Amino acid sequence: MSFSAARPLDPWRWIGVPALLCIGATILLAAPIQLFGLRLPEPIFPMVCAFGWAVIRPSILAPVVLLLLGLFLDIYWGGALGLWVVSLLLAYAVTLAMRNMMTGQSRPMMWAWYAGMTVVAMVTGYLVTMLDVKAAPSVVGVVWQLLATAMLYPFAHRLIDRFEDADVRFR
Amino acid sequence: MALRQDSFGELKVPLTWMAVVALIVCGVVGVSILLSDRRETFQTEAYGAARQAVDTVSAPVGGAVAAPGRWTGDLLGWLRSYVAVAHENRRLHKVMAGLQVQADEAVRLRDENERLRAMLGVKTDPPIPMVTARAVTDSRGPFANARLANAGSDAGVVVGYPVLSERGLVGRVVGVSRDASRVLLLTDVASRTPVMIDRSNARAILTGDGGPNPKLDYLRGRDAVHDGDRVLTSGDGGVLPRGLPVGRAVKGLDGRWRVVLDADAGAIDWVRILKFKDYSQLADQQALAATHLPPVITENPDDRIISAPAPAAATPAAKVPATKTPPAKAPATTPPQKAAPVVPAPKAATPPQKAPAPAPAGPAQ
Repeated sequence: MSFSAARPLDPWRWIGVPALLCIGATILLAAPIQLFGLRLPEPIFPMVCAFGWAVIRPSILAPVVLLLLGLFLDIYWGGALGLWVVSLLLAYAVTLAMRNMMTGQSRPMMWAWYAGMTVVAMVTGYLVTMLDVKAAPSVVGVVWQLLATAMLYPFAHRLIDRFEDADVRFR
Repeated sequence: MALRQDSFGELKVPLTWMAVVALIVCGVVGVSILLSDRRETFQTEAYGAARQAVDTVSAPVGGAVAAPGRWTGDLLGWLRSYVAVAHENRRLHKVMAGLQVQADEAVRLRDENERLRAMLGVKTDPPIPMVTARAVTDSRGPFANARLANAGSDAGVVVGYPVLSERGLVGRVVGVSRDASRVLLLTDVASRTPVMIDRSNARAILTGDGGPNPKLDYLRGRDAVHDGDRVLTSGDGGVLPRGLPVGRAVKGLDGRWRVVLDADAGAIDWVRILKFKDYSQLADQQALAATHLPPVITENPDDRIISAPAPAAATPAAKVPATKTPPAKAPATTPPQKAAPVVPAPKAATPPQKAPAPAPAGPAQ
């Protein structure tokens, strides 16, 4: 095994670029556009990073960038400050704790894991919102956003596939 | 295996632990941010500098991102109207025929209304100035429903102003930067709006839950709402003016009364921000403040007690029970000229017919 295979990942490539892409996609889909009378979906793009980064390897930088991404979502969407910070970090932590069970599994199974982690994030957001405004959000709305986010797994798969083997210490 | 034996492989455990520590620190920071958030207060000072900065940057960016979609929509609309011009012309002729009748009726009602108001001397609400703005971003998730409009404090917008589309109420302003305003939609889970049912005048609170149809909470009155009833703002609390169109009442799948918003009937591209202040604030505050109240004069209780018998001299003394007060105190607080009535006062407790009773002429024995 060559030493180059164990070279630490370039943070810009596996953390910086995906984070910027998530911000760009979020801004793009926040445009007030209606197609055939229907509004655009609003998936949580940083969920791709929260899942992908945790599966690739533990990192010091990843939770910090997730914190910043969560803050961006809260401010840009006008929600409670800290809502998506806590939700994304919790999903990241659960994924990190269970990554040994996920590695080497098939794509459909990884998709199911990703959907499960999205459920963790959405349930956290639901509970935090309930405590924050003392009212229960619409379950239908939560399910729609969950489905829209779960459809983003191909992007997470691409991220994992590209960087999973870059650091052999955490295979 | 070979990697684990060299010094580089031993870095794995410290790196993992450092990553866990970083995660815990970030989690603590996130919870702290969440606990320190004061979004629910909807106060001007709670809308922090970070939100203002992001809104200032987001407004032009969102406008630029939405521009292609807007242009495409305009182009499609133009093409559709061009292709269907004959059909549209026939439809508009029918609509116009109906509208002419309504316009005549409106003129008649307006004249009648003005005459009745003049007769009754009703003080009508003043007209409300407004600012027109374009919605440049739109968040529509279950936890936040807000829009960013490209008119801010430079255009005179302040927190609390109601926002309407061309069809009905959209929400109200909860944050303002120089060039942009954050509009909390009626569907947001934190939105509460006082409304009334037009038909029955029943009051309710329109409560958003992140879905498209907010709920009617705290609905009061028997037979208060029917399916299809118009819902208007009630103006209660002075937050919004009375009578703004909100939507129509429908029975939700969960059995609760909900409202199909008028504003959802079309795309909310342009919004009108009403520069509304509570009408009580429009009164002449200086004139109200200049009201002269009568001077406050505290009454000396002893004065009241002692001066009470003065009219009692002409009336039966039985009406002056206060005469049981020890007479020793009276001279201490009363002026000399009022001292005279003090003398008969203690006797007033006794029956009046006995008071002037003469003593027996002869010896008792």
